[in-house]
Amino acid sequence: MTYYLLPKIIMNIWYFLTALTLLSALMTIIAKNPIHSVLYLVFTFFCISGHYVLLNAQFLMAVNIIVYAGAIMVLFLFVIMMLDLRKNMPDSKSNLTKLAGAILGGTLLVIFIGTMRKASFNQATILENYTSQTGMVESLGKILYRDYILPFELVSVLFFVAMVGAVMLGKREAGERNF
Amino acid sequence: MEITSSLFTAKAIYIGILFLVTLGIAAYSTYGERVIAAFLQDRVGPDRAGPWGIAQPLADAVKMFMKEDFIPSKANKWLFIAGPCVSMLTALLTSAVIPFGGKMTVAGVTFDLQGIDVNIGILWVFGIVSLGVYGVLIGGWASNNKFALIGAIRAASQNISYELAMGLSIIAILMITGSLSTNAIVENQMNGHWNILYQPLGFIIFIVCAFAECNRTPFDLPECETELIGGYHTEYSSMKLGFYLFSEYINMFVSGAVMATLYFGGYDFGWNNEVNEAIGMFWGPLIGVLALMGKSLFFVFVFMWVRWTIPRFRYDQLMNLGWTGLIPLSMFNVVLTGLAFMLEYTYGFNHWITSAIIWGGLVITITGALMYDNATYKKKKAVIA
Repeated sequence: MTYYLLPKIIMNIWYFLTALTLLSALMTIIAKNPIHSVLYLVFTFFCISGHYVLLNAQFLMAVNIIVYAGAIMVLFLFVIMMLDLRKNMPDSKSNLTKLAGAILGGTLLVIFIGTMRKASFNQATILENYTSQTGMVESLGKILYRDYILPFELVSVLFFVAMVGAVMLGKREAGERNF
Repeated sequence: MEITSSLFTAKAIYIGILFLVTLGIAAYSTYGERVIAAFLQDRVGPDRAGPWGIAQPLADAVKMFMKEDFIPSKANKWLFIAGPCVSMLTALLTSAVIPFGGKMTVAGVTFDLQGIDVNIGILWVFGIVSLGVYGVLIGGWASNNKFALIGAIRAASQNISYELAMGLSIIAILMITGSLSTNAIVENQMNGHWNILYQPLGFIIFIVCAFAECNRTPFDLPECETELIGGYHTEYSSMKLGFYLFSEYINMFVSGAVMATLYFGGYDFGWNNEVNEAIGMFWGPLIGVLALMGKSLFFVFVFMWVRWTIPRFRYDQLMNLGWTGLIPLSMFNVVLTGLAFMLEYTYGFNHWITSAIIWGGLVITITGALMYDNATYKKKKAVIA
């Protein structure tokens, strides 16, 4: 089984999935209705999970669905449903904002293209370093808890600080009204 | 190539049978629900369609299809249709990773009685469960009805809150097995060595969360008639409503199967290997399948039993129980399990002592909680009043 013999069908699935991802990501920003945007974004997350499966990273696939599609996007949907969409339509952005956005996005694109051109896709070296178990939960856990334990713990401290901050912001002061 | 294709056929047939069995069980759960309700309320129950009313689900389905399929004029048409479909889809997807039996040999082909044996099985269940809320949320919002929207929002916040405690209670199981694969979890419990012996508290937390995730009484606030007309499916009629109700019964059956898999040994009935050797690799695993079905149907019965016994919670009580009751308890459960297994590895205890430590910890917790509650009862009463 070599890289050259990658089954044709897998390649076709990849093309299909990529097209679907780009399309739904585009629809996320094109859609007029915010609820539709959120649902397209959820669909985009599913497509990205599909890419994870093709990369043999099942654990990331499941975690991506649980955390993003299952928890964060539900809260997004939740908040948007609570808003009165007719009253709270976002205003059209000014030309300066659009220009700034275009420059930022364009720079990112240039960086990506530059990196892709610099990176070498030598199939022999890729095959040499390839193990099918890289994306499995066991090897991921070993890397996280053995090689990168300090950054991992620091990130959890950061999350904890953010959580405490959110609780502080959401807490009702004594004597304050409920709504 | 020959082996692959025959294995593929076997899996395809297995998945088809699983699909039909799930639908059949869900249909007859509605009949079972009515019979049990009638028994608990001292009534006769459905007895007109066929002998003992056995054709009642069929009659219900015909009635559902014959009703007018109504879409409110101000509703968001596509999302209104998508809601029940998503509900049904997520309900059916979960059973893919549940091992319904061991290895079975039919016509020379040996295959697992499991849709897909991925090494993240339990995360798959968890992911699909967390998606289940989309059906309700989309349907409730698309109806363009404020009661439906409130029902949907209640469902969403309830599901998210109880998912946390559910995930934490699963972590203790993962600590025992050391694998995320559902198959490995079942194989770890073979020969009557069930996880319930080590996880009484985890099981209680899990079953309470399962009630909340399935929107069943006492946590059926998303469809609370006295406050919200019908909840998120107020505007639905005909088979779209049928899909919502049907997916609830499928969820019940599947969560029963998940509970049996995680805590009650899955397809294990004590002597699997001996029976397999005695009557062959077709009938032996089939008995295992029946054992799992029996366990899951028992849990479906528990769901119904509780529904007709316990009244509905108030919404703030529900949130209080989820966030301040179940989540700390499940964290305690993780610590207790870790402690018991650490002692086992350090001092070489056998499994009975580990089990005894965990049960003892549970008893101490309950006593402690009751004593604390008694001591602070007057204070709480003063706060409420």
